[in-house]
Amino acid sequence: MSVLAIVPAYNEASRVEGVVLRARKHVEEVAVIDDGSTDETASMARKAGATVLRLPINLGYGAALQTGYLYAAKEGFDALVQLDADGQHDPMEIPGLLEPVIEGECDLALGSRFLGGGTWRGAALRRVGMRFFSMLVKLLAGQVITDPTSGFQAMNRKVIERLAGGAYPEDFPDADVLVMLLRERFRVQEVGVVMRSSPTGKSMHSGIRPIYYVVKMLLSIFVVILRRSERRTR
Amino acid sequence: MTPRQRVFAVIVAVSLMVLIIDLVRRRKLKEELSILWLLTGFGVVVLSASYRLQLWLTHLIGAASSSTTVFGFAFLFLILISLHYSVRLSVMADQIKTLSQELALMKAKHGEDGHSEG
Repeated sequence: MSVLAIVPAYNEASRVEGVVLRARKHVEEVAVIDDGSTDETASMARKAGATVLRLPINLGYGAALQTGYLYAAKEGFDALVQLDADGQHDPMEIPGLLEPVIEGECDLALGSRFLGGGTWRGAALRRVGMRFFSMLVKLLAGQVITDPTSGFQAMNRKVIERLAGGAYPEDFPDADVLVMLLRERFRVQEVGVVMRSSPTGKSMHSGIRPIYYVVKMLLSIFVVILRRSERRTR
Repeated sequence: MTPRQRVFAVIVAVSLMVLIIDLVRRRKLKEELSILWLLTGFGVVVLSASYRLQLWLTHLIGAASSSTTVFGFAFLFLILISLHYSVRLSVMADQIKTLSQELALMKAKHGEDGHSEG
């Protein structure tokens, strides 16, 4: 089974090299999607041996991820793991995250910081928000997801193709994507992972605009529910 | 504001919100661009439904009547939305320019512009 690691990155020149070097030990190829960085992110990633997909303009985290999915689909990879470039996600956890996907136990494995320990400590408001969206996912999709905002994920080809084509939320692909996949009967499983606090104190997923995030996420989830189902029959 | 005017304003605002959500559902309108429209519609509904709020705002801004207040604020929101889109268009114009320049450079590098590289 061929596996690609995708690492969306925006101005992570000081950290991306280490992430790529460690990730390369566990996958066939690492693709760094440079989301219009203004520093040396692309060259540092290339130096570490990654394939660099350089977006000429900053499109946002979701669009950068989708670029990775498109690359994986086009190159024929069987599975994909996605992780952040800031060192928050430990590449040593990749085999554990990939295992249920490779074994066929699930279509998407979600790394949960609440099941795996680690030094992650988010602000109280963020933890409340995550709890809220966790409850919303349970209500709308019938499955308990402890960490709905986790960007540390592994997926098989069916999920890659689903996310590479069609609509994909470009700024905050979190709980709305999970609700969409669960309602389309993809199998999602959580795996405990160690997750560190972002070295810069920032995260692609955390909001400097938390109110906008909540409003946008609620709207996105509402639209997912409304859309004519593209359910797969299993 | 007469009850008929209030009902009319609420119906128009709710209809607008339903239309916007349907446009987003059919992928004709991006979600992030719909939020301001939905907030505007919601604001008009709240303002139309709450007579006390209308009176307070009417007094605050010195409007002639509460119906002037409701439609005045709706007009103000529309101006702000137009300004928002002007800013977005300006950003997109820069992005299109960047993409076009990158494409031209790539074509020149790969000899696709009809001239081979020296």
